[in-house]
Order: sequence, then structure tokens, then C-alpha cells
Amino acid sequence: MQHPQTATLLDALALQDSDTPVLTFLHADETAQPLTRAQFRAAVQRCAAALQQQGIGPRDLVIIADTQSVVSIVAFWGAVWLGAIPSMFPTLTEKLDPQIYMRNMAELVERSQVRAVLADENFVLLFRQHTDARVIALSTLVDNGAWDDKPKYDLPPYAAKPEDIAFLQHSSGTTGLQKGIALSHAAALNQLRHYSAAIDLRDQDVIVSWLPLYHDMGLVAGFLLPFVQGIHLVLMSPFAWVAHPAMLLRAIHRYGGTLCWLPNFAYNHCARRIRERDLEGLSLAGVRAFINCSEPVRHESHALFVEKFTPLGVTWNQMAVCYAMAENTFAVTQTRIGQPPATEHVSRRAMESDLCAVSVADDDPNGVTIVSCGVPITNVEVQAWDAGGLPLPERYIGEIAIHSDSLLSGYYRRPDLTPLNEAGWYATGDRGYIANGNVFIIGRSKDLIINAGKNIYPQDIEAIANTISGIHPGRAVVFGVPDDREGTELLALVAEVSATDEAERKKIVQAVRQAVVSQAEVTLTYVALVESGWLIKTSSGKIARGENRRKWQQTLKK
Amino acid sequence: MREDIIRTKIRTFIIEDLIRDEEYALENDEGIITGGLMDSFALAELGVYIEEEFDVYIPDADLTVDQMDTLDQIVIRVMRGMKED
Repeated sequence: MQHPQTATLLDALALQDSDTPVLTFLHADETAQPLTRAQFRAAVQRCAAALQQQGIGPRDLVIIADTQSVVSIVAFWGAVWLGAIPSMFPTLTEKLDPQIYMRNMAELVERSQVRAVLADENFVLLFRQHTDARVIALSTLVDNGAWDDKPKYDLPPYAAKPEDIAFLQHSSGTTGLQKGIALSHAAALNQLRHYSAAIDLRDQDVIVSWLPLYHDMGLVAGFLLPFVQGIHLVLMSPFAWVAHPAMLLRAIHRYGGTLCWLPNFAYNHCARRIRERDLEGLSLAGVRAFINCSEPVRHESHALFVEKFTPLGVTWNQMAVCYAMAENTFAVTQTRIGQPPATEHVSRRAMESDLCAVSVADDDPNGVTIVSCGVPITNVEVQAWDAGGLPLPERYIGEIAIHSDSLLSGYYRRPDLTPLNEAGWYATGDRGYIANGNVFIIGRSKDLIINAGKNIYPQDIEAIANTISGIHPGRAVVFGVPDDREGTELLALVAEVSATDEAERKKIVQAVRQAVVSQAEVTLTYVALVESGWLIKTSSGKIARGENRRKWQQTLKK
Repeated sequence: MREDIIRTKIRTFIIEDLIRDEEYALENDEGIITGGLMDSFALAELGVYIEEEFDVYIPDADLTVDQMDTLDQIVIRVMRGMKED
């Protein structure tokens, strides 16, 4: 396809003024809300004018905290239109504790000097009680019942410069530690141009997505890419999809979907949890690629997916892999579309002891299968570094580092943090190696857990556990447990308690599960209560996650 | 099929397959999803299990946290489905 030469995201949006569909939003009941480019552009201008009337202007940080909706998408572009800096945020859900959500939001508002929070009208009062930012109901900015082709306001777009910050993506973690990843117009457009080439994006492509827009894969692949490149996007809510995974396949069939990005767990979720009756009459043969991204890729998950959906026309040639991170806007690597990703069977022992990926026979029981993440997209250089930050030869395992023209400008309002080294490289914290130009990711340097595509810091969950009555403060450890059935890491908690009474112990277990769901919106799959002194400490007195995980697996895992 | 048999089967499925703790003393009115025992993935999993085990298809509109959060709710919904068939 043609890749228009544009300097800012707004130039790209301005190209899209026609009756061609830009977005079809699927509600939970699968009723469709279609929108043309002209309607969208008019709504964006109207929203920008309304934001301006509320005192929002260039370089103001605007947090959009809403469920996946057409309104929030319009508001994002409305903010960009004014030169403000939008950032998508998870909304308050019924699972989350409102007090804690609001406390975190208030911290973010203060630390990042948020100018306005845009939210559903039901939450406006709550936000106003807890934050100092201006709180604006999304319904006052976008009238979701009236879609005109012609703009009512002749508000010219802000004349942004390519190096201006276009938007923020927020890293995960407790809000106090969350960093706003600042991305410029130039970085975003460089990413979109080079990534479009990597996936051989075509005008007739249709992207189908349930991915949340506060996540880099959802924001870039499932939102900015189609909007900037003029590709039809069919979007649904992650909440609706998780409970009803067949929705995604029905949408692909109904709208002729050709590209679909999914985290690894979603392959297992679809393969295991879609009922036969829901598959009748569906075809997925027109899909060019299901692109696996944002958590470690498992060959077994692809195999499960292909086996289950072969009757619908799914083949290995549709399986693809991308390695991405918000700090690079999104993609770092991509496998070739139309070919199955390469795999390697390498010696587990050599990886652990020699830090080197040595191929072994396919049937070698000491081998482990690793799926290639593909080759770097054309604007990105990738190296594996040793502990001293020097590049390693091929096949040697080290920290993956990247250099590109789509990297972050910095962490927003955090001049104390310098994410790039002097030569402009970003050390990712992921461990892996390079072989024949392909990048293979095998793990992480940090303790980060990726559960169902969501990054979770164990210390955040441990902090929640430490507040539970009955758990000895500072005596709880959380770690990830890779799970073949789910195709992701599950969370396990081991905590020291004194209680011996069964009813009392059950209360503690219930309390900690409930607290973790309501504060972090993740589920603890395994909770083990142990007696004082069970947990292993390091020589410096810290609780050692890796060693405790091994002890738990050997002695307690059911 | 008798209600107590249905209840036992579903209970066993929940604690063994979903919660992964056979010793867990699950109460009939305990919130499985709202109580943090399971995430929303469980809804889809329950849908598959109920169709395979009891030949009852629960439409997506009924497969919600509001309607399928406790053992009591799930048993009642399965029995209703069996009667409708």
C-alpha cells in the first residue's frame, strides 16, 4: 500500500475524509456501530472544540479513563487535534476497589500534572472528589447519538512539530511507580510506516481487535495503525471478549478480518473455551495473520489453535509473531507474514550454564522449543548484551537492547530517569539471543510476571498481601508459574501465618484473593499459607522469589 | 439428573479444574468470580463444561458474572436448561 509522507499524526488523519468505514464498534451484544472517516473526522473536530471550551490546550496532559468505546477513541484524537497529550487509562470496574483506584489516580494527577480526566458521566463526581484535575464527562464532548459528515466547527488542527509529544503510554505497575512513556509524532509515524511494511499492510486489510487501548498492542496495532493508514478496524471490548471468546471469530467471519493481534494466552483461551455450536458456519480462511505478541510465545499454543480451528480454514501459515514494547512505540521484530514462525530446539543445560543457545535433536528430552520473534523491522537495530553492556556474538544469551527512530522521547516529567544510554540504545530487560538475524526471547532479567498479556510486578501484589490481617507483614512472596493449559503465567502467593484453625485460614485466603482482585484486577491462582520460617531469605534478608518458587513447586504445588 | 448430583459434579469441576485446590471448602453461595477465586475466563470455561457434561447450551447473554457467580446460581441455570431441553 501507499504510505503517505506525513509529519504528524494529524496530517495522517486529515487524509481520511470519505465515506469509507474507518471503524465498526461491536457492543457486547454484538450489535454494530459503524462510522465513516468523514463522520469520525467531524466528531473529532467537535470534540476538540468542546475540549478547548473547557480550557484544554496544547501540551496539556489529558487522561482518558473509560471502557473501550467509540467516544474514548474520538476523545483521544480530539486531544491530539488541540495539541494536547492524551493517554488511555483503564476505567474503574466493578471488580476494583473505588477508593484505591481513585487514590492511584489522584497520585498520577499530582505527579504528572494531569490537566484533565475524561471519564464516563457516572464516575465524574467520584473523580472530582478525589483529584485536583479538571474532570470532564465524555458525553459532553462526543454525542454518541449524532454523527454528522460535516464538521460544525472550523477549528484548525494544532500545528504540531514532528518532535512534539503526541501521546503517552503508561507502563504497568502500581500507579506510584507507573511511568508515562512519551512518544513523539515522528516516533509514532516511523513505527507505523516501518511496521506496515513488515506486515505487508494492504488497503483491503481489515483489522479485528478486542485489545485494550491502554496497552501498547491495543493502542498501536489495534487503533493507531488502522486509523493512520486508513484500514477498517472492527473493535470490541476486552471484557466482552474474555467472557465470550467466539465473538472474535464471528467478527472476523462477518467483516472479512485479515489481521488479528493476540497475546499468547488468547490462543489457548479460544481453542479451549469456544463451544462447537458457536463455530458452525464460520470461516477464518481469509485471515492473513494471527500475530502473537506481548507475552512469551509458546509453540504449543499455536499448535492447539491450528488443530482446533483447522475446520474453519486456519493453517500454520497464518501464525505469526511480533516482539514489541511501548518504549519503542510498539514493534521491534516481526516474522514474515504467510509463513509459520521458525522454531529452534535448544539445549536447556547450555542455556542455563553456558548462556548459549545450542541446537539439539528435535526429540532430545533435555531440549526446549523456542519460537522465533522474527527479524527486526527496518528502522530497528537489535543486539544481545552481556552484563557490561557489550554486544554478544550470535547465539549467546544476554539482555536484548534496541536502537531505532521510534523510541520514546523520555519518561513524562521524570527528568531523573534516563531510559536511553549515551548512544541512544534502550536496554529492554528481556533476555534472549540472535540467530541468523532472528530474535529469540527466552525470559526476563526482572521479576516481572506476564499474566494474560498483562505486566504484573510481584512486589505490588506482595504489598497488597502484607496488608491482610493474619499474614505476617513482609512475609509474603509472589511469583509466576508458567502454565501449559492457559498458555500464560499464573500467579502464586506463599505467605507465612500463625493461624492453624482451618476456618481462620480460609478467611485469610479469601481476604487476600479478594484484596488482590479489587486492587490489582488479577487473580491469584495458587495461595499457600505456611508456618513462620518457611520462606527462604537471601543473605541480605530479602525474600528470594526464585528460590521460594522452587521450594513451593517441590513441596506444595498441587 | 438429580440436583445433588449436578451440584457435586459442578463443585468438583470448579475446585479441581478452575480453582485447582481439591481441598477448598467452596460454599454454595460463595462468589467464585467476585470473590477473586477465578477471573472472567471461568465463564467461558463453565460454558464449555456445562455443554459437554450436561448437554446444556447457555447463551452468551446468560453467561455473565451477575448470573453465574455462585454454585447455587450455576446449578439453577443448568437445571433450567435441562428442563427446557
